[in-house]
Amino acid sequence: MDTALLIEKSVLVVILFLISLGVAAYQTYFERKLAAWIQDRVGPDRAGPFGILQPIADGTKMFLKEDFIPAKADKWLFIIGPGISMFTALITSSVIPWGTNLSLFGRDISLQVADFNIGILFVFGVVSIGVYGIMIGGWASNNKYSLYGAIRASSQMISYELAMGISAITIVMLTGSLSLNDIVQSQHGMNWNVFYQPVAFFVFFITSLAELNRAPFDLPECESELIGGYHTEYSSMKLGLYLFSEYTSMFVSAAIMATLFFGGYNFPGMDAFSGNLLAILSISAFALKIFLFIFVIMWIRWTIPRFRFDQLMHLGWKVLIPVALVNMLITGLVVAWNQGWM
Amino acid sequence: MESLTNRKKVVSDKPMTLWEKIYIPAIVGGMVTTFKHMLHRRKTIKYPEETRVFAPVYRGQHVLKRDEQGRENCTACGLCAVACPAEAITMTSAEREKGEEKLYREEKYASSYEINMLRCIFCGLCEEACPKEAIFLTDRIVPTEFEREDFIYGKEKLVESLDDRIDISKRQFTGKRTEK
Repeated sequence: MDTALLIEKSVLVVILFLISLGVAAYQTYFERKLAAWIQDRVGPDRAGPFGILQPIADGTKMFLKEDFIPAKADKWLFIIGPGISMFTALITSSVIPWGTNLSLFGRDISLQVADFNIGILFVFGVVSIGVYGIMIGGWASNNKYSLYGAIRASSQMISYELAMGISAITIVMLTGSLSLNDIVQSQHGMNWNVFYQPVAFFVFFITSLAELNRAPFDLPECESELIGGYHTEYSSMKLGLYLFSEYTSMFVSAAIMATLFFGGYNFPGMDAFSGNLLAILSISAFALKIFLFIFVIMWIRWTIPRFRFDQLMHLGWKVLIPVALVNMLITGLVVAWNQGWM
Repeated sequence: MESLTNRKKVVSDKPMTLWEKIYIPAIVGGMVTTFKHMLHRRKTIKYPEETRVFAPVYRGQHVLKRDEQGRENCTACGLCAVACPAEAITMTSAEREKGEEKLYREEKYASSYEINMLRCIFCGLCEEACPKEAIFLTDRIVPTEFEREDFIYGKEKLVESLDDRIDISKRQFTGKRTEK
């Protein structure tokens, strides 16, 4: 195997890893600030100027807490749970194309760690494993609240994954490829999928919120009923990993939504640039889209109250899946018509 | 009954229309509201740096007053301790010796006077009960401490110092003080 390629990919992986963690850390800060602004407060402002050192202070606090494992807990599963959550949250970022090719040291570097030809399937597979992190954590805690949180998480994720997959299929139909790189390249310039598939985007966005366990779908960890849900028994950095993985997957799913529906790194007027300048601009455009998605997700969290569980199931099975199915059917017919199959 | 405010709303349980059933307009409306709040002025007062303006009659930390010649007003009659609903005040009395006329106004004085600031509910009944204009509540905040013992304020914290007199002239006039 080409050693230079190996080095290139390893460096990219390390950078992506650090960026994901850094973004996740500062998302907590941004979320607290945003919540404060919505509630006419100031938010964290004591650690450093404007409180920008707050995530570091929070992380230090997490590390200094006592790492407690309940006596009746299944010790190994209890330890593995947060690890699975974090692992699945981080690994998804490997298939996302972060920008156009960068030429550095005489090499043409692709800003995608792995260009799978089944990129979307990989994302869905990894997201499905993500539920195990929560389920195992909730089960191993040996606590009824944790178990309820885990049950809710698994049933919620299973029901929303269907609608999510069906809405993503329409994108695959339009592009004719499962590779995320091909999907992004087909949305060149302003030719974004959201203009062709607004309904699919809408369904995908709602189901993403549910997959992320974000408000208004944060039933697995709802404080008022389940005193924290699946991570009730967790403390110290294990709890930190759970919370961190939630923010990391929020970052990644914002990236995936931007990739599938909002043109990924494409931006209008991108043909005027080329080379490394284009690469940097495309990364910035992608980062801006991700930021906007994260902002909207947080904005929704601090606006809408939590769903009731039956409402959640009703929305998932009786509303989103039929809507996604009809949307898929219409898209299929239109694609077939255009291809001259009918 | 005739409503006193204009906030009365007629409620009904008529079934929701399709427009209401999709919830999206309501959600967007809510999000517009929260977005407007992001642009509002912050209501927070960052406490140690800025302080709220207190009313002159605010009932904060107590002061044991001295008279114009700097003599302690308190005669340790114990009426404040009796009036105190939280039983926060304790004192011991002593007789004034010869040569102490400059320190205490009358023949009897409080040799120790303690208020437990954790028990005190800042009701102001001690101020009301005092016949000698000795104790007043002020607009100062009792500072935080780490130990419970530090909240028991003795005379060294309660009696005003001679060169830093506490102004209580803006407090509500009870008729007991001569000056308003």
